[in-house]
Amino acid sequence: MTLEGLVASAIGIVTTVAVYLLLQPRAFATALGLTLLSYAVNMFIFVAGGLWIDAPPVLDAGRRLSADPLPQALILTAIVIGFATTAYLLALAVRRFAVTGDERTHLTPKHTEDAR
Amino acid sequence: MSNAATALFTHLPILLIVWPLGWGILLLLGAARSSDHPPGSDHPETSLRRERWLSLSGAAITLLGASLLSWDAAHGAIRVYSLGDWPAPFGIALVSDRLSALFLLLTAVVAGSALAFAIGSWDHRGRAFHPLFHIQWAGLNGAFLTGDIFNLFVFFEVLLIASYALLTHGLGQARLRVAFGYVVVNLTASALFLLGLALIYGAYGSLNLADLAQRTAALAPQPLFLARAGATLLLVVFAIKAAAAPLYLWLPTAYSAASPPVAALFAIMTKVGIYAIIRVHWAVWGGESGVLGSAAFALLLPVAIVTGLLGVAGALAARTLSRQIAFLTVASVGTILIGVALATPKGIAAALFYLVHSTVTVTLLFLVVALVAAQRGEIGDVIQPAPALRDPVALGLLMLLAAASAIGIPPLPGFLGKLYLLEASLDRPGQGAVWLTLIAVGALTLIALARAGVTIFWHTHPKRITVWPAGDSRVLMQPVVALVVVVAAMTLWAEPLYRFTYAAAVQAADQTAYARVVLERVHFSAPWTRPYDGVLPQTEPPEVP
Repeated sequence: MTLEGLVASAIGIVTTVAVYLLLQPRAFATALGLTLLSYAVNMFIFVAGGLWIDAPPVLDAGRRLSADPLPQALILTAIVIGFATTAYLLALAVRRFAVTGDERTHLTPKHTEDAR
Repeated sequence: MSNAATALFTHLPILLIVWPLGWGILLLLGAARSSDHPPGSDHPETSLRRERWLSLSGAAITLLGASLLSWDAAHGAIRVYSLGDWPAPFGIALVSDRLSALFLLLTAVVAGSALAFAIGSWDHRGRAFHPLFHIQWAGLNGAFLTGDIFNLFVFFEVLLIASYALLTHGLGQARLRVAFGYVVVNLTASALFLLGLALIYGAYGSLNLADLAQRTAALAPQPLFLARAGATLLLVVFAIKAAAAPLYLWLPTAYSAASPPVAALFAIMTKVGIYAIIRVHWAVWGGESGVLGSAAFALLLPVAIVTGLLGVAGALAARTLSRQIAFLTVASVGTILIGVALATPKGIAAALFYLVHSTVTVTLLFLVVALVAAQRGEIGDVIQPAPALRDPVALGLLMLLAAASAIGIPPLPGFLGKLYLLEASLDRPGQGAVWLTLIAVGALTLIALARAGVTIFWHTHPKRITVWPAGDSRVLMQPVVALVVVVAAMTLWAEPLYRFTYAAAVQAADQTAYARVVLERVHFSAPWTRPYDGVLPQTEPPEVP
């Protein structure tokens, strides 16, 4: 199997698991699914700049080949943002559980109409 | 112009982001301090009053900045601000033109009135309302000003993370339940956004909008295939943000659960998605005639029509007023997208005109409904008979005006917006469907709002109830009256406004002029390879001025 095939199937498998977890009706599984999804997405951005062997993402006069550094900078931003939003999601899930005593994520009309 | 004024206008784009962000952080320091109340500190009410004054003065300056930028953009100049003086497309560029300015000013009007309303009633029912409000404002301004797709993503996240917290403002079971779903939907959308922009980067080796527009024609078939996949993913993301069918289901639940000033501010959030579709899919990828836009725009007209019809059907079925207004927001998104889907400058101009009107009207409706609900005690905004309101005449007239504009009764701007849309669709494919939808949506909105209005204002019974303290209603009326003045001004100066939106659409579509300004410091004759293939050019890289 080529390196491309290996990386692509790894991303595919992680995404599959993530989507499965995301569709679970429980807050914890949903949060895990989103975390895995962000891993898969970060890997995807990483390979969007091409796969490089033996090529560091820095310019070096002695080397002919250097990897594209921009996707790595993009991932860094995406990781920071993903980390913050996941942390918020978990805090919200805990608060929600403490207030409602219910970990399930479904909404019924009764839940939505007593919002006043 | 003097030097100071020139410098101000040069730095205005970045100031409009940094100012609200910095102000939010400053207010956060105050909020953190006042929440502890250590012995010897200010009385909580004194610090609350100080926080309100600080927040309002910060908002006034942002509003002033947005007005100055709009005044400047109205002259037709495109301004580019290169962060750290790195030239685009390598550095980050903020670009302000008429389209950005229109949205910035609209945001300022909506946010300013929502903030003023919050100060009368809601801001002290939870923590850190004012800091979050300004941070969301900074995110909105950034999204409208950014010149590349990645920073569009970043500013989406900034405004979203503030909105996650604002949605739960006031807490309560329902808001916490609803907020979880809202956050999950938006995080999933963000993941799709990243996938889309990674595909775009893979195809172009660039994420700068002006650069993308210039190089689409030269793409080889394989990168073009990647770019098309990326463009379609981005359309899905923007449709989620804009709440287009079938991806609108998060909106009515979230907006009707939010506290009224937050719901009023959120009226602008769906418009960020619409702005992104106009800017990226229409202006950059050439809409219907462009290679990449065509696939997206083939989908957009049916989507827009279904959104309009489903939104108004939801409004007919809604049992509470705030849910009804939330569904009318969806219906208005459908109406706006019809104009966008026409993919002509005239269609976009009509869509923008209707967008300005509907955002202001929806904000006004959310605020008026909050006032009505507060005078009905336990029953709140449920559409059912209840004891009479305390001041039925003032609130009834306000509700009537807002409803009439939402329905599109002449001479209000809602009517003019629909008229411009009908005119723009003349001799375009799908004209019959567009006309039928616009008229049906208007008629059904009339039925929905008339039913609600009749039940709430006329079906009263004389039982006494306890009225909820919703703050000083005289203070609460001020932002509402200000919004009424805006609607009146839009009625009186509809023609200049339409001329402005038309000029904005024409300017946004002119990608050659846009690229000339944004990319003026780049020498395209220099040897470079994009997408990057790992091999450095053998000659010297071009001198950076």
